Amino acid sequence: MHLTRHRLEVADLLAEVQSPERGGTCVFLGTVRTDADITALDYSAYEAMADEEIERILAEAHARWPDARVTLEHRLGVIPVGEASIAIAAAAPHRDAAFAACRHVIEEVKKRLPIWKKELRGDGSEQWVEAHDHR
Amino acid sequence: MAKVSVRFFARYAELAGCSSSAINLETPATVADVIDRVRAVFPGTQAMPPRPLAALNQRHVKLDATVNEGDEVALLPPLSGG
Repeated sequence: MHLTRHRLEVADLLAEVQSPERGGTCVFLGTVRTDADITALDYSAYEAMADEEIERILAEAHARWPDARVTLEHRLGVIPVGEASIAIAAAAPHRDAAFAACRHVIEEVKKRLPIWKKELRGDGSEQWVEAHDHR
Repeated sequence: MAKVSVRFFARYAELAGCSSSAINLETPATVADVIDRVRAVFPGTQAMPPRPLAALNQRHVKLDATVNEGDEVALLPPLSGG
């Protein structure tokens, strides 16, 4: 299961991908950004499909970079500004593959995971976030 | 006839007023036919875009995908994960 309602622990992801053969490790963290009056984002998902889709994305990354190991965890529920919603760790024998695999996985996540977020504001109002293409 | 389950998520669940339902369709039928029926049965979903994202049995599909007895169609608002 790649979905959790708890705080993301980068050390746990690193432990899954690192080994003495893999000299380059890359970590991507997506954190809830301060913006206007936003206090938190409330993430929800089609959980069964999201988990399957993550497995498919990771399998595709493994097929493309066979020497790399990549894992990811996505947090759901209310996440306060400044805390991470997603963590991806990629390790490979050399840095090029680690960076490339990590980048590939976050881009596929953005395009494919059935996950939604609602902005929670200080005045008590809420709003669904529609897709943006900020990178 | 085919019985198909339909699931709504996030804003679309608010528009539909529920998170899941089942509909019966004349076969052959496509995901687009399911969406047409959904708009008729759940008027709030007429606020969905003309061609919403959809998944068939937990995989992204185009709207011309064929649906069969027992399938699950999920209607997905614009994705905002990550």
